[in-house]
Amino acid sequence: MLNTETIIQIHHLKFKRGQREIFRDMNIEIPKGKITAILGPSGSGKTTLLKMIGGQLSPEAGKVVVKGNDLALLTRSELFELRKKMGMLFQSGALFSDMSVFENVAFPLKVNTNLGEGLIRDIVLMKLQAVGLRGACELMPSELSGGMARRVALARAIALDPEIVMYDEPFAGQDPIGMGVLVELIKKLNKSLGHTSVIISHDIQETLSIADHICIMSEGVVIAQGSADEIKESTLENVQQFINGYPDGPVPFHYPSEDIMQQLMTEN
Amino acid sequence: MFDMLAALGRQGISYIASLGKATLVVIHALFVWPQPIKNMPLLLKQLYSVGVKSLLIITVSGLFIGMVLGLQGYTILVDFGSEQSVGQMVALSLVRELAPVVTALLFAGRAGSALTAEIGLMKATEQLASLEMIGVDPLRRVVAPRLWAGFISMPILSMIFAAVGIYGGALVSVDWLGVYSGSFWSVMQASVDFYDDVLNGIIKALVFGLVVTWIAVYQGLECIPTSEGIAQSTTRTVVYSSLMILALDFVLTALMFGDI
Amino acid sequence: MRSRSIEILVGLFLVCGLVAALALAMSVSGLTLGSKDTYKVYAHFENIGGLTEKAEVTVAGVQVGTVSKIELDPQMLVAKVEMKIFADVDYLSVDSSVQILTSGLLGGKYIGLSVGAEEEVLIEGSMIEDTQSALVLEELIGKFLFDKVSE
Repeated sequence: MLNTETIIQIHHLKFKRGQREIFRDMNIEIPKGKITAILGPSGSGKTTLLKMIGGQLSPEAGKVVVKGNDLALLTRSELFELRKKMGMLFQSGALFSDMSVFENVAFPLKVNTNLGEGLIRDIVLMKLQAVGLRGACELMPSELSGGMARRVALARAIALDPEIVMYDEPFAGQDPIGMGVLVELIKKLNKSLGHTSVIISHDIQETLSIADHICIMSEGVVIAQGSADEIKESTLENVQQFINGYPDGPVPFHYPSEDIMQQLMTEN
Repeated sequence: MFDMLAALGRQGISYIASLGKATLVVIHALFVWPQPIKNMPLLLKQLYSVGVKSLLIITVSGLFIGMVLGLQGYTILVDFGSEQSVGQMVALSLVRELAPVVTALLFAGRAGSALTAEIGLMKATEQLASLEMIGVDPLRRVVAPRLWAGFISMPILSMIFAAVGIYGGALVSVDWLGVYSGSFWSVMQASVDFYDDVLNGIIKALVFGLVVTWIAVYQGLECIPTSEGIAQSTTRTVVYSSLMILALDFVLTALMFGDI
Repeated sequence: MRSRSIEILVGLFLVCGLVAALALAMSVSGLTLGSKDTYKVYAHFENIGGLTEKAEVTVAGVQVGTVSKIELDPQMLVAKVEMKIFADVDYLSVDSSVQILTSGLLGGKYIGLSVGAEEEVLIEGSMIEDTQSALVLEELIGKFLFDKVSE
């Protein structure tokens, strides 16, 4: 991270869900205007991290600082104000099922701005054009394919021209074409709109191909970070297992258990 | 032994905690609701799905319950030569008890479960989280109109139930069994008091409406966001609402009509 | 225009509620909005024995009005009953008699009016002189026993 401003800082984050420790001591700095990817195995708390950046969850200890604001110190209305500068693409798309595609994209504009109907319409059509779905604006979310729903959700996430766009597993469950479209879109939008992108994913190849900065987390801490090349060169066993997908390694194939011979021999 | 006590204590604490949370939800949603004009379309939509869609089942049940009351009342009272009083019996039992209680039970099954499932689904598909990220408070946008719609619809449905039921009773006892219609209605009017009976029935319906929608909405918000979780919460809505309705009905009846 | 039809249906729903409320108020609990189509007549009873307001007033079993007020006459120490007779029943002669009756064995009390022979008819404010009080079961039994003893 050379001489770039950081827009999101996470310091010594701790979080527990029930008995399970999700974050032990997370430290991440996300540079402004770049695409940052946070990689980690399933269940490592990646989505939880995004929710903390969005202020939907509060950490037990540590700080989350977004655009210089410590989220823990903000009032409810200040937090809502700050969220207007963040867009989030949810894993499931999270389109409002009772509104059409057009209304979905128009929704953040209607509730957060005082723009006139005509202006809102133009903005919505432009955003839909950017994701290639202007023709689908009258459809309902139930009529869209998974990939299309995600693109509409992306159009909605960027409707307010946010400074930070967060992607929660944007590639999960997509066919190769859909994946290619999304990779292109994320890259293109980041370039043209100049916002900061944060991608949470476990699709290594796609993510490595577009991210400027990569953090790999495991067991509640960041184990490696750097550019795509630096990560590929990493000698850490953990990182190698994760990016190459070895079935056994530091993350064991077997769920912790007693020795199999012993269990088979014991009478119960 | 101590384990059992501890488990009981833990249960108790978690029940009280969720009760407190639910109270906060309802207060936040009901009383911090600015811009009623802007939110009118949302309320209308909820009135439609909560009220209008329950209308058919309420009308049909009300009609049949009234007819059964008329028939049963007639066969009992005719032995004492007092079949004119059948109107009084039908009207009082409907207005005071059956209309609010049966309407609330049907309402819990029809509208309450739908509310829970809808909100649970919105939670499971991250629509609620998405609203929050867009900067809209889901309590105001999603919960408040539903609570208000339940609160408004229940008394209306209950009144419709009672009115339809009484006309159903009249149909059976006056038109089919031949009770003299003048005494049917005037005995009824002599015994039913608008304030003591009709208004108290409406108050019951209001309370039940609030409780049922409250439980339904809270169960939806707190459900485990999986299809299994939603199914469980939906069942819980119906069970909890029914129990609450019957228990509260006793309390309210004791306060309104009893000398306890 | 989906939202338009929703608006209309919700409007209908609210109207249904209003109609039900009116039905409950007017025809079930007998509230009236102004009482234009009735006229009042009065009668004194020695004992009303459980007659209530809103009880029916009948002629030959057919309802012609309702009891609207019952109060104690402080001078004569008897019950004064105010009845509202339907305006279209304007042919009850002044010498009609009224009687408090019981419908069935357990039913409520009502007033039976027997029409007299005079040409002159009851009008607003008329007093019916010929009245017969309610039969009170205890009195009846008492009288019966007394008669038995005196035989």
